[in-house]
Parts: sequence; structure tokens; C-alpha cells
Amino acid sequence: MALTTELKTPITGPFQQPIGLFINNEWVESIDKKTIEVINPTTEEVICSVAEATEKDVDIAVAAARKAFEGEWRTTTPQQRGIYMFKLTELVEKNKELLAAVESLDNGKSISMARGDVGAVIGCLRYYAGWADKIEGKTIDINPETFTYTRHEPIGVCAQIIPWNFPLLMLAWKIAPALATGNTVVLKTAEQTPLSGLVFANLIKEAGFPAGVLNIISGLGRVAGAALSSHMDVDKIAFTGSTPVGRTIMKAAAASNLKKVTLELGGKSPNVVFDDADIEQAISWVNFGIYFNHGQCCCAGSRIYVQEGIYDKFVEAFKKRAQANSVGDPFDENTFQGPQVSQLQYDRIMGYIDEGKKEGAKLETGGGRHGDKGYFIQPTIFSDVTHDMKIMQEEIFGPVCTIAKFSTEEEVIHLGNNSSYGLAAAVHTQDLNTAIRVSNALRAGTVWVNSYNLLSHQMPFGGYKESGIGRELGEAALANYTQNKSVSIRLGGAVF
Amino acid sequence: NGVKWTQPLGQFINNEYVSSSGTDTIPTINPVTEEEICAPQAATQEDVNKAVKAARAAFHAPSWKRITGTERAVFLNKLADLIEEHKEVLATIETVDTGRPYLQNLHLSISIATALFRYYAGWADKIHGQTMDCGPDKLAYTIKTPVGVVGQIIPWNVNMPSFCAKIAPALACGNTIVLKLAEAAPLVGLYMCQLIKQAGFPPGVINVLNGSGRDIGTAIASHMDIDKISFTGSTATGKEILRLAASNLKSVTLETGGKSPAVIFDDADLDNAVLWTHIGIMTNAGQICYGNSRIFVQEGIYANFLEKFRGQVEKVSVLGDPWEQTTFQGPQVSRVQYERVLEFIQSGKDEGAKVYMGGQPVSLDGKGFFVEPTVFTDVKPHMNIYREEIFGPCVVIVPFHTEKEVLEMANDTIYG
Repeated sequence: MALTTELKTPITGPFQQPIGLFINNEWVESIDKKTIEVINPTTEEVICSVAEATEKDVDIAVAAARKAFEGEWRTTTPQQRGIYMFKLTELVEKNKELLAAVESLDNGKSISMARGDVGAVIGCLRYYAGWADKIEGKTIDINPETFTYTRHEPIGVCAQIIPWNFPLLMLAWKIAPALATGNTVVLKTAEQTPLSGLVFANLIKEAGFPAGVLNIISGLGRVAGAALSSHMDVDKIAFTGSTPVGRTIMKAAAASNLKKVTLELGGKSPNVVFDDADIEQAISWVNFGIYFNHGQCCCAGSRIYVQEGIYDKFVEAFKKRAQANSVGDPFDENTFQGPQVSQLQYDRIMGYIDEGKKEGAKLETGGGRHGDKGYFIQPTIFSDVTHDMKIMQEEIFGPVCTIAKFSTEEEVIHLGNNSSYGLAAAVHTQDLNTAIRVSNALRAGTVWVNSYNLLSHQMPFGGYKESGIGRELGEAALANYTQNKSVSIRLGGAVF
Repeated sequence: NGVKWTQPLGQFINNEYVSSSGTDTIPTINPVTEEEICAPQAATQEDVNKAVKAARAAFHAPSWKRITGTERAVFLNKLADLIEEHKEVLATIETVDTGRPYLQNLHLSISIATALFRYYAGWADKIHGQTMDCGPDKLAYTIKTPVGVVGQIIPWNVNMPSFCAKIAPALACGNTIVLKLAEAAPLVGLYMCQLIKQAGFPPGVINVLNGSGRDIGTAIASHMDIDKISFTGSTATGKEILRLAASNLKSVTLETGGKSPAVIFDDADLDNAVLWTHIGIMTNAGQICYGNSRIFVQEGIYANFLEKFRGQVEKVSVLGDPWEQTTFQGPQVSRVQYERVLEFIQSGKDEGAKVYMGGQPVSLDGKGFFVEPTVFTDVKPHMNIYREEIFGPCVVIVPFHTEKEVLEMANDTIYG
């Protein structure tokens, strides 16, 4: 099997796409020569095949990461780690058009959104590169006979499994804090979207990272993902994806070697609009909150609660706004919404739309396929939705939202919190006290006030309840990849 | 070494080199040849006011105030890159102006400078405040805001590192700066200003003046529109700065003198101790604020240590032309410093200490402010050479018996 193949995109022309596994700073085939087909969701056609990692390849990757962790990476200074990461960032910047184009090709997101993602990747890598030489423990004054200090040491070999909705961005969120704090990594991309991660992997060696520090493999969740979760020589696993899979991973971690687990899972986030909101602004944010990335956001504001005083007006205006979203070819600069990532996702979302219709929710707009080729779904709004309906309870992960009316603040807080999820939420109001009170009361890891989906590498992100364990981004992410060692040096004389 | 460059001589205000409003100049002297290198302009009070005005305007301008920490970091990293690119010229200027050996400037000063910028660049978007839980009826939070216009006064002994150590954290936190160079060695600072502009910092964010401590230093320390002053230099001047800062109660941070003790116990690795204490006082011709100018050696190894220290000085402390690869020690930075060091040496002799080695001025082809590495023994705690900071290649070596005794001796100083 060749290790690259020629592809092209409308904006880059032909390029060499790596298709192997990136292990120990080398490109290799999978041992059993297995491959995965990669589908273009805009055309429904096969783009190419990439090497598929099985348990055997996972063993090799983990061994490489272990060797690097015990060897060269351990003696690399924190400052030098930062320097490698900055170099990697520079290379990403140099290759940003290619990375964005491959992302649009493989995932279907619009090229303008893909460029935005690459910009965020650069910001994230730079941010954590800056942390590398600032991982500080404490000295603790206990008594004059003891000198006590703590160290924040890396955990070791970290397995990271990322989803298909933001392939490059999720990769950056994962590797950046792990590498900055001195860990080594085996990262498995999503089987639906392996291509941009492989282009990225080509930059690792040039950035100067020692072999084995960062390994990137393509593989199936149920094969390579499972192998990583239950591997006896992986010290920690980080996963972003669905809640059911997150559960499986946690069980596997427990059953194997009690590896540390952080999870970033699903959501059914409430987006609350009060009577006194700036309605025009709120509509823009509510629109962005659900239709951004074609609804394929863990933190999507998929449950919209509008206070009764403005309900009718809001629904009318929002309907028009949703209908104005441009759906089409990702490589068109004006496109806002591209196709869903796969046939499977398409079917699943359409299934929920049917459920919604059956359960008696009112279909305000959309509800069907857009066009006749590619996994495109019309921006869809259901109103008059009751709380027990499936479309109100379960994560749809598509451009489908539900709108319900509420009267009081107390009621909407109760409704908002009535979910097994707790990833995000938003409050739209012009009253300062309402904003603070309601954001305090909502049990969600991120609450936006008068906006939605605005993330930053500086701000921690993660879920309450079944939306996850741990926080990514910000200083908080460092805790996911370090462990505390307390050292107690006795200075005094004999006690016994 | 054949390197050519264009040396700016003016003040740097609002990203431009401008003429001082006065006509005075402060010639800077090559301490090896004793010849004038060039004559940079002397800033006046009016220049200080102009610089402060520019810094104040820049502090409020959207191009600095409304950008993110992440964006500030980009400028800082770019400046680090530019220093890397210009390292030969920068090291050359340092050598010509201060007499410090070229290789030390190239390999040490430059890497410290770039590391400082990169380190603080990393902090720029990590300035966190706190939220504190005061109960359900209150949202209380703190944010760390920049101080404002900061005045910074740097010394001549570790030029590049001082310049960078001052401006990097101030910029990372969003402040704007009026910095006064040391008139004894201003050239590398003046050159650096064009790199600041190239790095993309908006005009007025960093302003650099060259002038006398007495005039410009005073003007900055007492300025009513400067929010904070940071000074590195002598303790005596530091006290003056603190006094003047009371004008508008500006915040003050000072990094002043030292008379730092190195303590060597009987069970020390003797060779290692000699290696490090030699470096500790003789580097940069003793012109380091944290130099270990008092070495306390436990009696059991005292004689042995002295001998080994002499050997280390003879082997390593090669005085000479700073362009020579073998040179370890260059001249003192100026005639004033040179004479001061010699006065201290004389006072040591006068007060009855023994010159164990060194003690004489030296010249290169009849020129240069060189002083031999000098070791005093039989030193008593009341002596000037024991109590005061000499800031030259002079060390006093004193024996001790017990840990308790040496702690008392080491702490018996106004410095720390």
C-alpha cells in the first residue's frame, strides 16, 4: 500500500494526502493492511482509503509513546517543549489553506468555517505552548523539620479519541495541553474524518518533536478505540463523542488498569430568551446556536425557550432567519451550512424529524432533504414542543431545533435543568440581575449571556452530569494531564 | 569583528527616532580603547514629558487597549524572533559599548533576552482574576488590569537582559512604557528600538530615552503622569527613586545592590564549589548585582579552597580584548567604575586586609579600564570591602567554624 495518494480540492489544486498511520515519526501501513473508505458528504463519493489501525497497530503506537515518555521526552526541558509546539504552530499557519480545504472536503463544513477552525487551532496550540514552562507546584510550610513541595508531573502515555464534527480543532484541544505538560500521545481520529489529522501529522517531525511523542492513527471506534480504552500500558484516556460511547470507554478503563478518564460528551443545551432580550440580536445568536456546523455541536442550543410575551413574534422572525441560512457547496465562500457528515448521521436526523412530526410538534420550517445529492438537510424548526417529546429530550446532532414557550424565570430554570445532560446553556436578556441569577442557576458547564457558541482557548469548557467529566481549554485543561506528587524532605534529626 | 551597523543616536518616541529637545550629548566611551564611540543625544525634561504623553495616549488607544492578550503575545514573540535574527549586531554593539567579551554577549545575553520575551508572551493571555463566592445575591470578581504608563530605568551591567526583563512582563500585561537607558552604555538599547517597531508594537507603547540619572531618572521618578516606576541600579539611587515616587504615590519596584554570601562547608564538593564561586564573582568583571562577593569557607577546607581558587582564577580569568575567544574578563564599563573599584581595593589595603592575589589595574596597550581579579583575606566585618558593594572583580574570602556562626555572618548585611 502506498503511504500517500493524490487528492485535490477546489481551492488548493492537487496535493499529496498522507494515508498511512503516523507512529514514531514515521508513516507506516497497518500491520493487517486494513483500510477505511473516506466518503465526501457533499458528493456521497469515496475520496480515498486510509490505513486502519487495529489492536496490533495500537500496541506499536503505545509502545512508541511509552519509549518516548521514559526516554527523550522526559529529559526535554519544559521550555523546549514550548519551542516545539510553537514551531508546530508556525507550520500549521504556513499550511492553513490546505488544512482548511481538506477539512471541508472530508467533513463537509463550509470553507469559511473551516478556516475559522484552523485559526482556532493556531490559537489553541500557541496558548498551550505558552503554558509549557509554567507548570508550577508549590512549596508548603508545614514545620521547621520538613521541606515540603509538590510537583505537577505528566501522567504518561495518553490515548485521545476525537470526533468528526471539528476534526482539527478537537485534535488541537487534545494534544496541546497533553504535550505542554510533558505527556506523550496516541491520538485516534474519527473514522468518518481522518484526512486533516493525517495532513497535520506530516508537520510533527518537521516541528522537531522526538519520535514517539505524538502518534496519530486512523481507526474504528470499536476496534482501535476499544483497544486504546482497555490498554494496560495507557495511563490516561480522553474522549470526545457521544454519551453511550463515553460510558463504554469509562467501563473499559475501569476494567483494565483504572486509567484516568476525561470525557466530553453530548448535550441538549437550553437557549433561553427573555421578554426583555434584544430580539434581533437574540435571533442571530439562537440561529447560530443551533445551525452552526450544521447542528453538529455537542453544545448546540437545541432547546429554545422563549418567554411568552415575545413568543409569537420571535418564532416568526426566527423562522425567516433560518430560511435565509445559505445551504450548499462547502467550497462556496457564501455557504453557511454544508451537508451532514455521513449517511448514518443523515438517516438518524431524518428519523428524529419523523418522530417530531409523529409526536405532534408543529413543523415551522424545513423538515426535509435539501437538494438531491449529498447529506444536506434543511434548517428545521419545531415549535409547540412539549418536554416529554423525544425531540426535546434526545440529542439530534443536526440542524433541527425545538422551541417551547415559558412564563416565569423559575419555570425555565426548572425546564432547562430537566435533562440528563449539562454541557451548555444561554440566557438572552438585558437585565444584569436576570443574566447573573439565571446563569448561576443553570446546571451547565458553559453559560453564554447574549451570545452562543463563542469559545476561547482561554476559557474552560466541559459538562455537568452526563455531558462529561473534566474540563478542556483554559488553565483547567492542565489538570487533565498532570498528577500531583508531594515530596516531603525531612531536615531534622532522629525521631526513632 | 567587521560588523557594520547604523547606530541611532536620538530618542525613541512614538515609534520614531527623534531629536532631543536639547542640544547636549552624552558621549559613550569604549572601555577597552578609552576612545569615544559616538555621542548619543541627551534627553531633557521636555523629552520625558513628550514620551509620557505618547505612552499615555498609546495606553488608551484601541490599537493597544482593545487588543487581546493573545495578540500582545504575537508582538512579543515577533520581537524575540527579530532579536535572534539580529543577534550578531546586538552582541557586537554590547561588546563595543561595555567591553564584555563578545562570545558571552552572543551566547548568553541574546538567549536570555529571547527566552524572556517568549516566556512572558506565554503569560499575556493568562492574566487571571478571581471570582469569590459571596453568596447568591452578589457577583464579586477581580480582574488584573494593567498599571498604566510605567517608567523603567535600567543599568549598564547586563544591558540586553535588563532591557528585556523590564519591558517583557510590562508589555505582556498591557502597560505602556517610558524607559531610560543607562548613559554609560546606551547603544544596544537605542538599536533595539527599531526592532520594537518592526515587531508591530503600536506607536507610543514603548518609548526609550537616553539621559543622565540625575536629570532624566529624576524626571521619571517624580513624574505626575507615570503610574509606576521600576528601577535597577544602586541601593543609594534606589532610595532616591523611592523618595521621589512619593510625588504621586506611584508604585515602586526596585532591584538594587547586593553583597551576597556563598557558604562552603567542609563536606562540599570542593572543585565544584570553586568553579561556581569563581563564576559567581568574576563574571562580567564582577559587575553583577547578585555576585557572591563574600565567600565563607569552613575552616577544615579553608586553606585548600584558597589554593584552588587561586588556581581557578589563574586558569580561567583571562583578561583581555573582548573580541578574543580566550578572553574571560573585559574591562570595567567606565572610568568612573574603574576608579571606584580601585578605591575600594586601596581601602582594603588601608584597613589592613591582605591582598591574597591581584589588586592592580591592568592595561591593554596602555589603555583600558581593566582591574585584576582580586582576592582579599584576613578581612574583618567592619571593613569597607566586607560591607559595601564593590561591583568589581573583588572578593573577600573568610573562614568560619560552625553553621550557626556563618549564618550570623552571612546575614550581617543590609543586603539580601
